[in-house]
Parts: sequence; C-alpha cells; structure tokens
Amino acid sequence: MVYREMSALSGSLWTNIKNKRCGELMPIRQMYFLLLLSRQGKLRLQKWFTPVTEREKKVTREMTLMVLARPPHSCNFLLWRDLKIVYKRYASLYFCCGLEDQDNELLTLEVLQRYVELLDKYFGNVCELDIIFNFEKKAYFILDEFLVGGEILETSKTAVGIAMEEAETLQETMEEYMSKPTY
Amino acid sequence: FPKGRSSSLMIRVIRGARTQGEERGVIQRECAAIRAQFRQADNGTRSHNLAKLLYVHMLGYPAHFGQMECVRLIASPRYNEKRVGYLGAMMLLDEKQDASLLITNSIKNDLSHSSQYVQSLALCTLGCMGSAEMCRDLAPEIDRLLRASNSYIKKKAALCAVHIVRKVPELGELFTPASRSLLSEKNHGVLHGAVVLITELCERNPETLEQFRKAVPELVQIMKGLVMSGYSPEHNVAGISDPFLQVRILRLLRILGRNNETASDAVNDLLAQVATNTDSSKTAGSAVLYETVLTVMDIKSESGLRVLAVNILGRFLLNNDRNIRYISMTSLQKIVQTDHNAVQRHRGTIVDCLKDQDASVKRRALELSLALVSAVNIRSLMKELLLFLSSCPPELRAHTTSGIFNAAERYAPSQRWHIDTILHVLTTAGGDVRDETVPNLIQLITTATELHCYTVHKLYRALIADISVQSLVQVACWCIGEYGDLLLRGECEETEPVQVAEDDVLDALETVLQSHMSSPATRGFALTATMKLSTRITHNVDRIRSIVSIYGSCIDVELQQRAVEYNALFKKYDHMRAAVLERMPVIDKSSPGHTNGESAGGSIKEMEPTKRTQEVFSYLDMKYRLDAPLDHVTRPGKTLGPNYRLFMTFVSHSHPPQSVQLQMKAPSGDVIPAHGLGQVTQTVLLNNPNKVSLKMRVRVCYTSQDFVCQDTVQIDSFPSPAW
Repeated sequence: MVYREMSALSGSLWTNIKNKRCGELMPIRQMYFLLLLSRQGKLRLQKWFTPVTEREKKVTREMTLMVLARPPHSCNFLLWRDLKIVYKRYASLYFCCGLEDQDNELLTLEVLQRYVELLDKYFGNVCELDIIFNFEKKAYFILDEFLVGGEILETSKTAVGIAMEEAETLQETMEEYMSKPTY
Repeated sequence: FPKGRSSSLMIRVIRGARTQGEERGVIQRECAAIRAQFRQADNGTRSHNLAKLLYVHMLGYPAHFGQMECVRLIASPRYNEKRVGYLGAMMLLDEKQDASLLITNSIKNDLSHSSQYVQSLALCTLGCMGSAEMCRDLAPEIDRLLRASNSYIKKKAALCAVHIVRKVPELGELFTPASRSLLSEKNHGVLHGAVVLITELCERNPETLEQFRKAVPELVQIMKGLVMSGYSPEHNVAGISDPFLQVRILRLLRILGRNNETASDAVNDLLAQVATNTDSSKTAGSAVLYETVLTVMDIKSESGLRVLAVNILGRFLLNNDRNIRYISMTSLQKIVQTDHNAVQRHRGTIVDCLKDQDASVKRRALELSLALVSAVNIRSLMKELLLFLSSCPPELRAHTTSGIFNAAERYAPSQRWHIDTILHVLTTAGGDVRDETVPNLIQLITTATELHCYTVHKLYRALIADISVQSLVQVACWCIGEYGDLLLRGECEETEPVQVAEDDVLDALETVLQSHMSSPATRGFALTATMKLSTRITHNVDRIRSIVSIYGSCIDVELQQRAVEYNALFKKYDHMRAAVLERMPVIDKSSPGHTNGESAGGSIKEMEPTKRTQEVFSYLDMKYRLDAPLDHVTRPGKTLGPNYRLFMTFVSHSHPPQSVQLQMKAPSGDVIPAHGLGQVTQTVLLNNPNKVSLKMRVRVCYTSQDFVCQDTVQIDSFPSPAW
C-alpha cells in the first residue's frame, strides 16, 4: 500500500485516506471517525477507525467549526469534503460521525443515540465533566464494547453494561493484587 | 511529584489554567513528570501516567514519547495496565509507526488468554488499527475464535475479521466457511457481526457472493422473525426490534439480490411486509423503512413494489422531521433518472422544500428540482427557481445560477423567455455566474434578431439603474454598442420604448467607463460600445472622438491599445469605419471565438452551421484589432488612399489557425476601370497541409465616385486537385 503525502488542506484528503485503508477503490461502507466536542470546540473524545496522521486529524477542525455553527433544529446531516457528517447535540456535547457516502444516516443517528444512552446508564445522567474526568476509564471502554472498527458490536442495551461491570471487577481484582504487600 | 498526580487532579489543574500559555506551561511540566516516571522501574503508576498522557494528547499536544510505554503496558500481566496500554495503542499508534509491529506478539498471546476480557482487548485493538502484516499474521487465530468460543468473543472476532478483510482482501476466503455457520447463532451481537462480515466478503469476491445467495432464505427467515417478534426489552428501540440488525440484513439482501432474478424474487414478499408493517413514527422505524426502500430500488423488484417504495419516499417528504425530508430527497435524487415520472409526481413537495430554513434541506431540494426540469414544467419551475435564487444561501448561488442557465438552454419555450430569464438571473445574482455567461448571452442575443430592440431596451434600463454587476454591465454595453440605433429610434414593439437622446446613451457608457466599480474588462466593453455608436448616431460623433482620444493615454494598457486603434479608425482609416463597425452577424455557438467574445480580441466568424469539419474563410470583423491583414494589402508609399481593400483572412474553426496558411500577394493594380474595361488581379496563396475542405468568403471594399462600397463573394468549393 502506497502512503501518499498530502497537504493538510488537500481536497482529496479523504479519498487518499480511503485509498490507504484498502488497496482497491472499493465502496467501503464505514464510519471513519467518532468525535465528541464541547460547545467551544474542545475535543472530549476521539475515535478513529482508520489510520490518520496527526496533521490529518487537525483538518477535521474545519468540520467541527461547521457543526458548531449550525442553528438549533437543523438537519443533523451535512456534507464535508466527500464525507457525510452526522451529528447530534446532547446537552453541552456534540457527537459527530464521519461516514462514507453509502451509509444509512438515520441509522447512524440511532447509533449516536444508543451511545449516549449507554453512557447515561453507566454514569447515571452523564454530563460533559464525567466524560472529561473518566474518559479513559469509562467513555472509551464503553465505546469499545459498542463499536469496533466503525461497526456496531453489540445491539443489546443490557449486554454492554454487563460486560463493563464484569471487566471492572477484573480490574479491581488486579488493583487489590497490586496493593497487597509483597512479602 | 514523586509519583505524579492522579489523572483527575492533573485534569483539574489543566482546566484551571486561564490562558493558552499557562496551559502549555502546566502541560510541559506534567509531560516532564510523566516522562520521568516512564523511565523509572515499574512502580504501579504506569497506567495512571499513560492515561494522563492520553488526555494531554487529546488536547492536541504531542505524545509520541508514550508509544513505547504502550508497548510495555500491553505486555504487562496486569489487566488494568493492559487495558490502558491497548487504549494508548489505539490512540497513539497506527500502522505507520514502527512500534505498532512490536505489539503483534502481545496481541497474539492475548488472543489465547484465559480471560475473555483480555482476549477482547486484543481483538478490539487488532480490529481497529491492525496493519496488513499484523492481519496476515493473526488471521488464522481469528478464524479459530470465530468457530470455537463464546458469543462475547465470537462477535468481536467477526468484526476483527471484517477489518482484516478490508486490509487484506485475499484473506476473505479464509473466513468464508466460518461466517456461513455463524448465521445460525441466536445472539444478536454475533448475528450482526456475521452479517457485516458476510456483506464485506460478498462485496469483494463475486464467487463468494454467488455462494451466499443460497443463504437468502435463511436471511429472510431471520428478518421475518425480527419483524414479527413481540416486544423484547433488550433489543427494542421505539417499537422496532433491533433496528441495527434489521438494516444490516436488508443491506446484505440488497447486495445478494442485485442483478439476480431468483434472489430478488425470494425477497419481494419480505420487503413488502417490512414496508407495510414498520412503524415509522420514530427515527428507528424510518431507518429500517429507508433501508427497505433503498433495497427495493436496487434489486429487481416487481413494479408494484417499486411504486410502493417511491410512495414511501413521497410520504417521507411530508414528514415534519427535517432529517427524514433530507434522506428522502437524497434517495429520490438517485432514482430521478430511472423513475423520472414517479419522482415528478412529488415535484410540488420538493419545490416547497426550497423554502425550508435548513441549508442541507435546501441544497437537496435544489439538486432535485434541477433534475426535474422538463419542457412541460419549465415555466412554473423556473419561477420557483428564480424565487429561490433571490434568497438562497451564498454557498449555493453559483450552483443555482448554472443550473438555471442549463435548464433555460435546454427547455426555453421562446427566445424572449430565455433572454428574460438570463437577465433576471444577472440582476439578482450576476456576481455569482460563471465567466462563460457573458459570451453565451451575447451569442443568444445575436440569434434573436426580432428581439434586438426589446433586448437593448431592457438592458439600457438595467444599466441606468445599476452599474455594479459586471456581467450585466458588460452585456448591456455590448448591446448598446450594437443596437444603440434601435434605442434612439424611440419605438419598440415588445416593450415600452425609451425617449433618450444620443447624449443620454453616451452618458450611460461614460459612467461605466469612469466608475471605479467597473472592472478592466467591463471598461473595455464600454469603450468598444462607445466606438461602435459612432456609426449609429448622427449628431454626437465628436464626443465619441474625444472620448476615444482621451483614453489613448489611459494607464490601463488594454484600454489604451483599444483607444489608439479606434483613434486610427477615426483618422487614417475613416473610410473603413462603417464597414468595420457594422452590425455583427449571428454568432455560431460552436465557434471558439465566441467564447472569447470581445475581451480576448478573437475574431468572430461566420460558419456553415452543419459542417463542422470544414474550415471557412471569412472576413475579419476587426472591431479593435487592426494589424497584419491590412498590411498585406496596403501598398506603402502611396499618398492617395488606395481604391480598394481586399479583406481576407483565414479563421479556423476546429484547427488552430496555423494549419491553413494564407499569404496575399500585392494586387496588380489599384484602380479598376469603369465599364468593365479592365481588371485587377490579386494572388492569394493558401497552404492547406491537412487537406481540409474549405469555403472562402471574400469581401472587397472600394471607393467608387467617393462612396465607400463593399461586395462580398463566397467561394463554396475549390477544385480538389488543387490540394
């Protein structure tokens, strides 16, 4: 696979990224990224489902500005470069997904809704601060039980929670182990 | 900081920073501490420190020094360290980093770990960022896990396999057998993963696709089960049982049914059932219905089913939810060519969406409206489009104007309507039209010969109202220059005539010339128009002479050149002025000169309309370029003006001028005796290397008893042995 260097502002950014993912020009139905943004545009969570350099990641800043500028009650879909962006605002957080053109946008809205519900259930009325202070422990781990490689892993509302709790007990066990004296 | 702050504390400190500079300072200190900690021996704080680093990384600061720490943590026996290590790997490592290869072995080991949660970490990471080599290395492991493990692992292995297939398509064959058997699983997570995997395999390999067509009945059964099942708290979303799985199954059925009668037949009933039974009051149901419609339109469905699908889209158009209106128009756009009449039925609703507040909805409505323009609806639809143009968002204006022009060109019911429409667009959005609009409009105007009077009146009125829109001003100037005499006549059939004097018209042009709003090209148009009027007005020619002479010292080089040439036309070549400045002929749309129009100094040609491959000689309409051809004919040294001029030049149509060369020799004399008592001959040499068939138009200008005369002769064929 050939890695092509490109300027961060290249219009064919996403075409190049798509080509990098797969040697052929296949119509890939896929989510490319999921970002959580604050109202001021600060990143609270970023999940990339495709290899992207730091510079390329910064290009999405342009997209985030477009999303943040949308008036309320707007359509939740917009076009950015050659990607579809599906976004939903929950309280002070914007959840943004970058999709391939073939995807079903309405279903993606349901995916975002489900993720919020999972966070809610686990944190109990999740707010932005929870995500900030528990990002690595909770927000990402919950996400990884729900989506893998841009695809839905589990469609059951309860299964994700169960897996999280069981994994937590494993973690605590380890921590107990660590705090035991070594003699 | 002996052991470093906890991550919550660090986050609090960072958030407490009041300025960007302060934040950078805090982060630098924290990173230094983290780096120091990484260098130390294992002290139980590594996972905390990596977590802190990941937070810093998310804020946009560099964190590459944490890469090796990820590798180390992944190899740790402790679960919490592995977990953060894998998270770090997914955030900081990608296949371009060398460090990513180092984790392959850890992943391999963890895939066989006794705890499924450790296995899950490895699967998740591989499925997110595994490189092609890692995928090749570990694919057999994944296949094993697809077959013999619990549901929790199977579903993760399935999505991991999806990633592998995307990276290394040849490995698809490896997973095909296992994926087939996964369809009999009951667990929704596994089933979903299996469907996604099978979809991926079928899209990449036509043979696999063929194989999985046999699974269509099984898929139909699963789908039916979901649709007809009772309420399941685990999977229910707004009355739909597992919409995610339903959509994926429908998508797979679409791929399997495409271009295949048997498979399509087998799903027709199911699709009808889903279409009629799905409650679309909430997004979940609409998502399923949407996927159903996409499937129906893509496979070989019965016509009744297609009608049902288009009707669903029509219903979506009336939905209050903007998102639903948006996706409805997206789908209608895809089928507007193939099912044009069905989509036309919803034209009214689509046009209403042009008035929606939302920019995304407006854009979709515009695309669809432009696709629906036809000879039948052009008048009413154009009204709506022009209305839209007057209030449309700036980012859509250029697209709207070019869409309107295309539609007008294809379906204009009359020339007057066409001209009116273009003028309306120029008045509303003249700043957003493409460059070709000006020459295109000029060409159109020349062809509408009965409307010259009407057109020049309209444009004159527009010009005196507003000279800021360059495209409009350019066309107006050109028109006034060409048809100014019609303006001054004071009568017009099609519209109320203006009562203007010559001075008024010249005032208007001079205003354009002098205005700082006028671009250099526009001023060129105005100057040329002024010059042309010198042969169309009677009283104020001196005024024109003085304008032209003033601009002979204009700073703008282009204007200066024109003015100097026009000056020459007033003085030395005054007897030619009328011929040179006479009314332009109808411009053929195909000629390259027409796209240059006035501004590039190209020549305007007359062509045989049908035979494009023929080269046609025509006289050079020298509006402001007086050069080489004249030199051929002028005989230097004669003080008395020669009695005739022979204008002839080659102008190419489909080849560059160089392919046919013209050379005019000196004429044998310069006076033709009266009463046919003598003749003058002039030899013209033509070099025609491409042996194209030629026509030649020759114009002779001469003076006879102090009158300037001209004659035109056309030579339609040359004896072919001549080439």
